[in-house]
Amino acid sequence: MAQETEKEILDLKEVTIRFAGDSGDGMQLTGSQFSDTTALMGNDLGTLPDYPAEIRAPAGTLYGVSGFQVHFSSRNIHTPGDTPDVLVAMNPAALRKNLVDLKRDGIIIVNTDSFDAKNLKLANYDKNPLEDDSLAGYKVYSVPITTLTSTALKDSGLSIKDINRCKNFFALGLMYWLYNRPLEPTLSWLNSKFKDKPEILKANETVLKTGYYFGDTTEIFENRYTVEPAKLKKGTYRNISGNEATALGFVVASMKSGLPLFLGSYPITPATDILQYLASYKNFGVKTFQAEDEIAGITAAIGAAFSGSLAITTTSGPGVALKTEAIGLGVMTELPLVIINVQRGGPSTGLPTKTEQADLLQAMYGRNGEAPIPVLAAATPSDCFYMAIEASRIAIKYMTPVMLLTDGYIGNGTEPWRIPHANEIADFPVKFVTEAEGFAPYSRDKNLARPWVRPGTPGLEHRIGGLEKANITGNVNYDPSNHDFMVKLREQKIQNVKNDIPDLTVQGNTEGELLVLGWGGTYGAIKEAVDKATSKGIIVSQAHLRYIHPMPKNTKEVLSKFKKILIPEINLGQLAKIIRSEFLVDVLQYNLVRGLPFRSSDIENQIVEILGGKNGK
Amino acid sequence: MANNIDAVPVKLTAKDFSSGQDVRWCPGCGDYSILAQVQRSFPEINIPKEKIVWISGIGCSSRFTYYMNTYGFHSIHGRATAIATGVKIARADLSVWVATGDGDLMSIGGNHFIHTCRKNVDIKILLFNNEIYGLTKGQYSPTSAKGLVTKTSPYGSVDYPFNPLSLALGAGASFVARTADTEAKHMQEMIKRAAEHKGTAFVEIFQNCVIFNDGVFDPITGKENKANNMLMLKHGEPMLFGKDNKKGIKLDGLKPVVINLEDGKNSINDVWVHDEKDTSHGRAFILAHLADEPGMPSPFGVIRQEFKPTYDEGVERQIAHVTEKKGAGSLEKLLFSGNTWEVN
Repeated sequence: MAQETEKEILDLKEVTIRFAGDSGDGMQLTGSQFSDTTALMGNDLGTLPDYPAEIRAPAGTLYGVSGFQVHFSSRNIHTPGDTPDVLVAMNPAALRKNLVDLKRDGIIIVNTDSFDAKNLKLANYDKNPLEDDSLAGYKVYSVPITTLTSTALKDSGLSIKDINRCKNFFALGLMYWLYNRPLEPTLSWLNSKFKDKPEILKANETVLKTGYYFGDTTEIFENRYTVEPAKLKKGTYRNISGNEATALGFVVASMKSGLPLFLGSYPITPATDILQYLASYKNFGVKTFQAEDEIAGITAAIGAAFSGSLAITTTSGPGVALKTEAIGLGVMTELPLVIINVQRGGPSTGLPTKTEQADLLQAMYGRNGEAPIPVLAAATPSDCFYMAIEASRIAIKYMTPVMLLTDGYIGNGTEPWRIPHANEIADFPVKFVTEAEGFAPYSRDKNLARPWVRPGTPGLEHRIGGLEKANITGNVNYDPSNHDFMVKLREQKIQNVKNDIPDLTVQGNTEGELLVLGWGGTYGAIKEAVDKATSKGIIVSQAHLRYIHPMPKNTKEVLSKFKKILIPEINLGQLAKIIRSEFLVDVLQYNLVRGLPFRSSDIENQIVEILGGKNGK
Repeated sequence: MANNIDAVPVKLTAKDFSSGQDVRWCPGCGDYSILAQVQRSFPEINIPKEKIVWISGIGCSSRFTYYMNTYGFHSIHGRATAIATGVKIARADLSVWVATGDGDLMSIGGNHFIHTCRKNVDIKILLFNNEIYGLTKGQYSPTSAKGLVTKTSPYGSVDYPFNPLSLALGAGASFVARTADTEAKHMQEMIKRAAEHKGTAFVEIFQNCVIFNDGVFDPITGKENKANNMLMLKHGEPMLFGKDNKKGIKLDGLKPVVINLEDGKNSINDVWVHDEKDTSHGRAFILAHLADEPGMPSPFGVIRQEFKPTYDEGVERQIAHVTEKKGAGSLEKLLFSGNTWEVN
C-alpha cells in the first residue's frame, strides 16, 4: 500500500457534503457512517437523509436518487447545511438532481463508470456533462469508482453483483481521506455487522481502504481538509436521531414513572423506527404490539392505559387521521396516552419520506366534539428525548391523551447529544388509587385529573366509556347542564397544564422590532438565521414554542414586546392562525412547503427584508 | 384453572356480579337472558370479580358492560377486541371478556376480530347475534339473511351474510362455540367452557331482537322446531337430533347427510361422532356450514377447541427470555450505549 503523502491539509470551519446515488447504492449507509465517524471526532453536526418512497426505484432514474447530507463544523451548528460544498454523485441522475443545490465553486466527485449512454439518457443528459463545459466553475474529480472497486475485489470470489454493492465503501474511504477522518469506526462497525459473513466483511474492508489510499496516491487532489472538533459543553456525547431519542425518552419515562411501557403501533414512514427501537428493549419490560392497523394500535394502547401501563402509539399524519375517533375516546374516558406524530408531507399519502409541519391544526382540532388535548412539539433530534418524557409526565398527571409532534427531518436527522445521566432526570411516580372508601371514578384532584385505578384492585370495580359522564360518579349522563359542565371541565383541565410548563424564553433582546417565532423542527434553521443576522449587526430575537397547547403563560407578554412577529412554518400558516386567534395580534408569515427543512438563508433573507435596511434598530 | 389468574377466595353469587344500574334493553330482548346466564355462571368460573374486565364496542349488546359489577369499558364502535387485546397483553393476570354484536364485531370491527383470532389472544368474545342493527333502529347487518327487508333494504338485502362460526374458524380462533338466548343451561355451560379455555374463545349466541327482527331464529330455536333443527353437539358422542334422537348426521365422504335410525338401513354406528379436539380443520367447517343445506339442523355447542400458546403468553415469555439473557435493563447503560465520545 502507498505511503501517506505530504499533501497540504487545509483547516476548514465547516463543511457540508451530500452523498447521492441510486436508492440501491447505499447512500444512507455511507452518509450515516461518515456522520458517526465525524461525531466521534468531536465535530458538531446535523444530517438530512433524503430518500425516495420507492425502496428500489429503477436504477439510474432521476426519481430513484437517494441523498444524504451532512453538515459538520468546529463551532455549534443547528442545521444540515443550506448548500453543500461537496457533492458525491454515484451516477448521472444523482448529478443532475443535486447540482442545483451545490455551492457555485463546490467540489463534485463523480463515479465516471456510471456515465454511460444508458444512464445519461435516464438522467435526461443529451451530452455527457463530464465532457462539455457544463460543470465549469466547479472542481470536478472524476473517479472510476466501479472499476477500481472491481479491480480491488477481483480475487475475492464474490459475484459481480456483490462486488458492485461494495462501491459505496470506496466513496466513503475516499471522503475519509479527503476530510482526514479515521477508518476505525467504520471498520469496527463492519466487524460487528458482518461477523457471520467473513467474505463480505473482507470485501468491504478492502474497498474502504482502497478508496482511502486512492486519495493518497492519485495526483488529482491538491489538498486534504480537516475540521477541528467543536467546543461543545463538557460531557459524554453520542450521535442521535430524533426517532431513537423518542424511543429512549419513553423508556426513561417508563422507569421514572414506575409504569410498564406499552406501544401499540402500525408501521408507517417515517415513524416506524420508533417501533423498531422499542421492540428491541424487551429487558426493560417494554411491550410492543404491532397491530393490524392504526386504529388497533391506538385502541390497544388505550386498553393498556386502562389497565395501568404508560401507553403510547406512534404514527404519522395519515395514521393520526385514522386514530382520531380513538383519541376522542381517550379524552372522554380521561386516560393517559401519548400519540406521537412524526409528520410527513401531506395530504393523503403525500410525500411519505419528506418532512412537513402541516399536521398542527389536526393535532389541535382534528376530533369530533370539544376534545382538547395538550400538544407538544420537539425542536431538534435530541429534544425528542426530553419531549417524550414531558408528554408522558403530562399525560399521567392530567389523565389525558397528549399529542407529541416531531417530523421526518428531526426524526431521521441526527445531531451530537450530550447524554444525561439517568439520575439527572426527575422521577414522576404514579399513585394508583387503591382505597375503596369514598372512591368515585370521575372525582377530581386539584389539577382536575380523575383517579387512575388498576383493574384487579378489589372493591374499586367501575365502568368507563365513551358516553358522556356525570361529574364525580362517572355514570352515563345526558343531562344538558351536566354536558355543558363536563365540556368546560375538560377544557379547564387542559388549560391547567399551563401551570406546569416552563415559560417561553427569548434569545436576544426581549423587546424590539422583530421576533422570529417558530415551533417544532424548524428550530435549527431559525436559530442559524437569527445568529447569522445578529453577527451582521442586525437586531432580531427568536422564540420557539415546544408547548403549543396550552402555550406557556407568558406567551402573550413575550409577543407584546415586539413590533413585528415573523412565523416561518413548513405549512400555510397553521401556528400563525392559532397565534392570531389566541392573542388578537397580527403576524407575518413565511411559508415554504417543499417537503424539505428550511434553508437558514431563506429565513435570514426574510428577516433582512422585513427590517427594510433598518437593522432592527 | 387454565388461566394464570388467582382463584377466588370466597364463593360469589349471581347478585355479586350485578352493577345495580338500571338495565335499559327493550322488554323481551334476548340480551336479558345473556346477562342472566353470565351472572349465574360467573360465580362458578372461580375468578375474583376485580380480576374480570368486560370490554364492549357500540350497539345494544355493548351496553352489557354497564350492568356487570366488574371492571368495564364501553368503548367505540368495532374496537372492543383491539382494546381487549391491549388489556390482556398489558395484564396477563386479568380475565378479559368482550360483549359485542354482529354489526360491531363482524362489520366495523371485522379486521380486529380476525386478527385477534389469528393471534390467539387470551380473551373471550360473546357475539350477541340478532342479525340486525338494533340501536340504529333496524338496518340489515353482515349476518342478516339475503333478501331481508329492512329500512335500508326496502326491496330486500342483496348482501350475502357472514357465517360467524366459519369466519372464526377461518381466522384461527382456538375455541369456537354456539348457543342461543333460549337455552339458559346450555349458554351457561358454553360461558364456563369459554372461561376455562386458554386463547381466543368465540361464542356465537343466537339472540332475538324483539323489535326489529323478532322471531328470526324461531325456525331453529322455537319450541316446536328445536328438536328437528337444533343439533346439540357433545364431544365424543354421536350427532343425534329429532324427536327422541331418532335422526343422526352421517358423513358421506365430505358430505353430511341426515339418516333415520328407525328405517332399518342405518344404525347408531353410522352416525358422525363429534370430536371437538379434531386437529384437522375440515370437519369443523363442515359443521359450521351444516345448515347451509335445506333440511339440515344447526349445530350448537363447542364446534372446535384447539390448544396452542397464546399471544400474550408469547409476549411475556419473550420478555422473560431476553431479560434472562441480557439481564434487567439498566437505564444508564442504555443511554450511554452506541458510539460515544468524551468532550473535556
